[in-house]
Amino acid sequence: MPVLESNGMKTWQWRNQKQTLIEYAFWLLLLLVMFACAKFIAERTTWSFVLDAPRQGGEMLARGIPPRWDYMSQLWRPLWDTLTIATLGTVLSFVISVPVAFLAARNTTPHLLVRYIALFIIVGTRSVNSLIWALILVIILGPGVLAGTLAIALRSVGFMGKLIYEGIEEINEEPVEAIRSTGASGAQVLSYAIWPQVITNILGVTVYRWDINLRESTVVGLVGAGGIGLQLDASINTLRWNQVSLILLVIFVSVFISEWISAKARQALT
Amino acid sequence: MAQATTLSGRKWSPPPLIKNPWVRWGLIVGGILYLIFALSTLNFDAARVSRGLERSGRLLLAFLQPDFTTRGNLIFTGMMESVTMAAISTVAGFIVAVPVGFGAARNLVPVPVYLFCRGLIALSRTFQEVIIAILFVVMFGFGPFAGVLTLTFGSVGFFSKLLAEDIEEIDAVQVEAIRSTGASWLQMVSYAVVPQVLPRMIGLTLYRFDINIREAAILGIVGAGGIGSTLNTSLRRYDYDTASAIILMIIALVMVVELSSGWIRKRVQ
Repeated sequence: MPVLESNGMKTWQWRNQKQTLIEYAFWLLLLLVMFACAKFIAERTTWSFVLDAPRQGGEMLARGIPPRWDYMSQLWRPLWDTLTIATLGTVLSFVISVPVAFLAARNTTPHLLVRYIALFIIVGTRSVNSLIWALILVIILGPGVLAGTLAIALRSVGFMGKLIYEGIEEINEEPVEAIRSTGASGAQVLSYAIWPQVITNILGVTVYRWDINLRESTVVGLVGAGGIGLQLDASINTLRWNQVSLILLVIFVSVFISEWISAKARQALT
Repeated sequence: MAQATTLSGRKWSPPPLIKNPWVRWGLIVGGILYLIFALSTLNFDAARVSRGLERSGRLLLAFLQPDFTTRGNLIFTGMMESVTMAAISTVAGFIVAVPVGFGAARNLVPVPVYLFCRGLIALSRTFQEVIIAILFVVMFGFGPFAGVLTLTFGSVGFFSKLLAEDIEEIDAVQVEAIRSTGASWLQMVSYAVVPQVLPRMIGLTLYRFDINIREAAILGIVGAGGIGSTLNTSLRRYDYDTASAIILMIIALVMVVELSSGWIRKRVQ
């Protein structure tokens, strides 16, 4: 805490002169960058459309309310598909990410080279959004739930793998030593000393990711990978706003329920 | 060792994770039944998949030789657009989130304000960015403007939720101390609340920039500007060489931003 002394009076200051200068320079730079960004975006915007937005928005609302309730009868199947994509995707991702995580964790990896390969899988899958995975998989597997499930699963491997391997690296080493000192084999050490310590974390991560996956599986349909996103896309393309509002309501409620289930399950685990 | 002999013959097994056997077996059986049922509704089309596998060969081949140059200009402007969108909406989102975040802190504001701000946060956090982007594209037209609005909306939900939680958990003693000097509400906030939450907020801003980059890379698929639209077009035209170049660029961008934001966060905190 620098203190400024003038005429024998001591005044407390937050920062000294150099810090203040650096701070001002930072804000100036940020301001300039933001100005450049705004200019760039503005050049690429059709302003007549933007000015038209209030009218468009008003029309959307007017046509969207009330929702077309009887459309619900056609939504149960897509909703089930969405749930399937999220759940099977999470299960598949669990099956892949647990072994990958054990190979990536510093204390359980068999070899440093294996560790780097596992880390590469984790980082690589995490960097590709599920929508991009879905785009590619729809080309390979054709439109449908299968492509969506795989897209969700591949995207989740990186996320789950990262959280799980960090959990494995944080375990208490004493039980491991204790089991090992009885002459246990590697598999026995894994199942009696390491597994009991990490299983609650792994299940917690899985449930947490399931909740995120449900949210993501509502949109993979937009590129043809099944679920309620297909209906959303079709309704928007045909400007059926009363169907769109019902679908958004359904998504809101299901995300709310899944969040509640996930929170309860994680509470039960700890 | 007498005890060991009396105990021999009894086999020890680790205690189960779920103590109640009814719940345990119910979950296992229910899970298996669900899996069988879900797999049966997956309608797996073997003929389509085998045709697709042939295509995936071409796709894989294209990924081994990405073409950065033919549509280099489009890729460059697309990437620029994505980065700009992410940068501007992180800052705009943060600015908007400050009042919303204070409004959503239970210990600072009256109940109606609290409920309104919490409602806004819930709305922004429930829907995927892509869904919000579609609606904004319909309202504001194609292009990065809709994307900026989408990401700003998403960032507001993110920042204000975390900010509100931080504010609710601050050390009340410091607030008390400042207040006892006769400080006004504004002085109380700026000297007792802000210094407590600021360091974490800087880290969170970088983290959100990271998220926004990822999102800005795909929003173009629904027409909201950025590299995603270039990717979508090239895939539709079976121009897999360019598509693979774009995906590699996205991965590189995401990794660079993640690494550098992580590095800066470590230095700042």
